[in-house]
Amino acid sequence: MTDALAIKGLAVVFDDFRAVDGVSFSVREGESFGLVGESGSGKSTVLRAVAGLAPIADGTISIGGETISHARSKSFYRRVQMVFQDPYGSLHPRHTIDRALAEPLAVHGIGDAERRILKALDEVGLGKGFRFRYPHQLSGGQRQRVAIARALILEPSILLLDEPTSALDASVQAEVLNLLEDIRRERGLTYVLVSHDLAVVTHMCERLLVMQHGRPVELLTSADLAARRIETAYTRELMVASQGFRREA
Amino acid sequence: MSALLHVENLRVSFPTRSGMVEAVRGVSFTLGRERLGIVGESGSGKSQTGRAILGLTPPHAHVTAGRLVFDGIDLLAASEKERRALRGKRIAMVLQDPKFSLNPVMRIGEQIMETLAAHGRGSGAEARRRTLAMLEAVQIRDPERVFNLYPHEVSGGMGQRAMIAMMLVAEPDMLIADEPTSALDVTVQLQVLSILDRLVAERGMGLIFVSHDLRLVSSFCDRVLVMYAGRVVEEIAADRLHQSQHPYTQGLLNCLPKLGQSHHPLPVLDRKPEWAA
Repeated sequence: MTDALAIKGLAVVFDDFRAVDGVSFSVREGESFGLVGESGSGKSTVLRAVAGLAPIADGTISIGGETISHARSKSFYRRVQMVFQDPYGSLHPRHTIDRALAEPLAVHGIGDAERRILKALDEVGLGKGFRFRYPHQLSGGQRQRVAIARALILEPSILLLDEPTSALDASVQAEVLNLLEDIRRERGLTYVLVSHDLAVVTHMCERLLVMQHGRPVELLTSADLAARRIETAYTRELMVASQGFRREA
Repeated sequence: MSALLHVENLRVSFPTRSGMVEAVRGVSFTLGRERLGIVGESGSGKSQTGRAILGLTPPHAHVTAGRLVFDGIDLLAASEKERRALRGKRIAMVLQDPKFSLNPVMRIGEQIMETLAAHGRGSGAEARRRTLAMLEAVQIRDPERVFNLYPHEVSGGMGQRAMIAMMLVAEPDMLIADEPTSALDVTVQLQVLSILDRLVAERGMGLIFVSHDLRLVSSFCDRVLVMYAGRVVEEIAADRLHQSQHPYTQGLLNCLPKLGQSHHPLPVLDRKPEWAA
């Protein structure tokens, strides 16, 4: 079976700063893969490099066995879509939900917009009553659902998720995570999920890569992490930190 | 334990086009020299509670309370001038994001010295010495260098330490921290918390820690108030949080994914109208 996504020796350089350096991993078709690390670890930059939003200095990225060229084709974006962290920033404030969802269809010359928009809204649990609203009339969780609907409307096979729930309340996070899991199961999607929250990543992903200062630290399965079969000190440190505050006696 | 702050039936409401909206609806608690957590989701009124105590509610809003007394001072009867004298000197507040709460065009050291000057607690060489000592107390390794930096030149964690230094340099009796670590990474978050923890313990301050993060609050505070729709639905000792009785608190705890436990799908909150009643 070919990998849905394979990254080899990826480096992203901004001026003299190596934001990502020597990152390699592959994601099987239908798998959910996590990238974990603190701010500045380069985890989001890896995702942005895949989506064509960050300059690739070195290394290759292949989708379904095909190495992708520097300039992304339209067909690339039909296969790979991204959901961003901040649902307040990722939707155009003066476009209705209908327009936000119609745009990718128009760009790709896909007809049947009416049916697809209603279906996409339904799929993310928003009724058609939301169709002609503006983003400011929606809650954070509802906006993130719209962002997911917009990514799904092109029927991609790979979804890049950049901290999709970190701007949301815990209860809303649970709803959005459940939604993402349902959609993946129904459509057999491949996910690459970036998060600083170890618990979220282990909940959503089968395998994960821990990153620090732009470099890979440890690749492990969620089962290993849950069972504390951890090789590196840094991952252990992250693990301890995620358990909450501890007062030294 | 003598109480530092008495809050009784605090209400904050905002006029909107469709009538008054009550953000805080009858909150009561007392604070001693302890760490009190206020937890809730967006819109639960937790931040407005903190702001009302400090007197930072927007002028068009209405604040009422049966009692709002800080160390014998009736805050509701106090004039704007008296409240301003309290703010920063005896009651201080740490906000969420140092990127927005520090003055971007003023050196960090000068901002901290300004607090001292504003409250008549020294200026010149003496203020400089105290500022440097305070920067050291929040574990900034090279205080001399950081003193001369602008906020954009430091990391988020460093900025938040500078913010805490600024708030504590006047040696307040009470600190309100509104999501003080939510913009920080987990490991930095814990460093900042342990600094806060030590300072609170050493100086015998009262701390109100406002956060949406139930797990963090329960591991840091002594006592937790859980707010929902402007009311306190449950008050519980932090170490007994897992024995909480209220379905909302339980729901909030359960909907978090946990390491080493798999719940698919995650339980979601089933909000009951009677919680808000």
